[in-house]
Amino acid sequence: MNRRMFLAAAALGTAACSHRPQSPWRALTPEEAATLEAWCECLIPEDADAGAGRAGVVRFIDTQLCGKYKRHRKTYASVLAAMDTASRGAYRTPFASLPLARRTVLLDQFEKGEHRKAFDLVLDHSLQGYYGNPRHGGNAGFVSWRMLGVPPAPVRGRS
Amino acid sequence: MPLPLVDAVIVGAGAAGPVIARQLTAAGWRTVLLERGKWYTPWDCRKDDLRNQRNPTLGNAFGPDDEGNPRVAVAPDGTESIVAPSESGYQNNAACVGGGTLSYGAMAWRYHPHDFRMASTYGAPQGSTLADWPIAYEDLEPYYERAEWEMGVSGDDSNNPFKGPRRKPLPMPPVSPQGREHEILDKGARRLGLHPFHIPMLRNSVPYNGRSACMRCRWCVGFACEVDAKTGAQNTVLPTALQTGLLELRTGCMTSRIVLDEGGRATGVRYFDASGKACEQPARVVVSSCGAIESARLLLNSAHRLFPNGLGNRHDWVGRNLQGHTYTGACGLFDRITYDDLGPGASIAVCDFNHGNPGLRGGGALCNEFIRLPYQFVGKRPPGVPRWGQAFKDWMRQAYRRTICVMGPTQEMPTFESRVQLDPRVRDRFGLPVARISGSRHPHTLEIGRAMAAHADAWLKESGAVGTWLMLPGQGVSAGQHQAGTCRMGNDPQTSVVDRHCRVHDVDNVFVVDGSVHVTNGGFNPVLTILANAYRVGEFIASSGLRSRG
Repeated sequence: MNRRMFLAAAALGTAACSHRPQSPWRALTPEEAATLEAWCECLIPEDADAGAGRAGVVRFIDTQLCGKYKRHRKTYASVLAAMDTASRGAYRTPFASLPLARRTVLLDQFEKGEHRKAFDLVLDHSLQGYYGNPRHGGNAGFVSWRMLGVPPAPVRGRS
Repeated sequence: MPLPLVDAVIVGAGAAGPVIARQLTAAGWRTVLLERGKWYTPWDCRKDDLRNQRNPTLGNAFGPDDEGNPRVAVAPDGTESIVAPSESGYQNNAACVGGGTLSYGAMAWRYHPHDFRMASTYGAPQGSTLADWPIAYEDLEPYYERAEWEMGVSGDDSNNPFKGPRRKPLPMPPVSPQGREHEILDKGARRLGLHPFHIPMLRNSVPYNGRSACMRCRWCVGFACEVDAKTGAQNTVLPTALQTGLLELRTGCMTSRIVLDEGGRATGVRYFDASGKACEQPARVVVSSCGAIESARLLLNSAHRLFPNGLGNRHDWVGRNLQGHTYTGACGLFDRITYDDLGPGASIAVCDFNHGNPGLRGGGALCNEFIRLPYQFVGKRPPGVPRWGQAFKDWMRQAYRRTICVMGPTQEMPTFESRVQLDPRVRDRFGLPVARISGSRHPHTLEIGRAMAAHADAWLKESGAVGTWLMLPGQGVSAGQHQAGTCRMGNDPQTSVVDRHCRVHDVDNVFVVDGSVHVTNGGFNPVLTILANAYRVGEFIASSGLRSRG
């Protein structure tokens, strides 16, 4: 790939992913992001150590949905909508506003039911975002590595 | 227009190709080495837990790229899928100068003498093509030694009574200090009457060959070495060969076929260069060193009037007997911290269970595992621990620094049905038919794997684990980084692809030199055997007279 092709491809990628200049999210709508935040925080809850929210798990997923995980965008859109619908049906409340215990009940259902595959995908991506290298948008400030007691990676030239 | 004639063209600059180049250039051969991937340096080491050769969640670090390099994976139930190089099912190793040796864990095992005589030792189980090698341990021993000393291996196997005879010890001591897991497991093994020792590694424990010693970081297997202490073809034999001035390494070059003349003798290879231009490189000798999947594919893609089903494939053996290793073992939770952040992590092994297991044909080495990076550790979850929520987070926090895993590469029973074919529909970015991979593990392989896991479990318990859980083998074809077997070496042209000199039976100037030729794959990581065999065959080619004949 020459420089011009690279620039063209990069511009295309940006155009496809930043059509909401007022939103902090690149691939997700604000509603989807709120649902996903509530979902991921349930998978990796905050306690003495950061949960998914503070670790930036949704930022990781949103970033990858504009890159390597572009192919999963439809799955996210449909399963997040399905979760919100289920929540409104059962509790007349958006999923993002439910208390943790009720979110857990719904996630248990999704884990075992027809959305099992999508649930597994979100779970795996969340664990990547939480426990993976911070360079991809998650594990902000090395929170999970500090939690586990492993020192952050040395940065060549700076340590 | 064809390029100027050279003495030899070697396809693939992975483990074996550069060794062949080193042997041929030392004998004065003008040689061209073609590599489809790039040439990386230690500066290309990114310690990225999600993007490396071991864990390509977000892509391979050292090739192939996900675009334009598909394969077709056929599951045991017949389901087909088109897979990209970073997806499971692809059976990827690497595509770069050095191949797997750039980013591997670097265990440097000699096979056991019995590993070359599996059929004579045990008899083949029904449904398996288990056979003897046409060469013995003694034939390879001088070349094992050569690889160990010329490239550089550290470790200490003096406490391993099960090894084949060696004339010289390893040139470097093991890395020091040995690490906490090693100390814990050493005591447990000795109490069980086992014979623990320091794993041989293609890794500098002290400065050697002008390169520095290992700095003990945790990003080892799957990564390039930042301080170039890990030894591969790219930082040893390849520079030696290039220094002669007789070798030309061309990267970004994808070989499409071996070209044969009317009489069925090779005249060179065709390839696409880095700009995509079709080229032809004439040569007196052609060597395929692309790894077990791509070497088989290259032969199958080189059909000819005399070999309509592919070069070397008159008896339908090219691509057959695809095998790797079935990794099984156990993890143990300890009541104290076992993690010391000292890479590479893997350090201690026993070979008590490679052979002599009652009722079983072979077995495998058992070793403590390389450091589990946090995301990799997620996959070590024991049964009974929930997959998510507070309980899973608690388990990660409790177990991460208190867990030791012992695993081993169970030697597989090869089968005729586990194989590489050309896919009839799917093509790569050059329009070449891609590898289609199908098959499954032989039931006896799974039986051996379960026995190895039980031994690992007992070792961990004796070492003080307060809880253990097994890592048991699943079904599916096995290849990946230890891929082997697809161009079997043998004396009978009806049941093998190459002869004992790794020369294709039908064609006197085409050689296959990589894991493809392994009849069986030992209960060990295969790289040192691939390197030793390349030293042996390189020496044979250099003295063969083929240079003056063509």
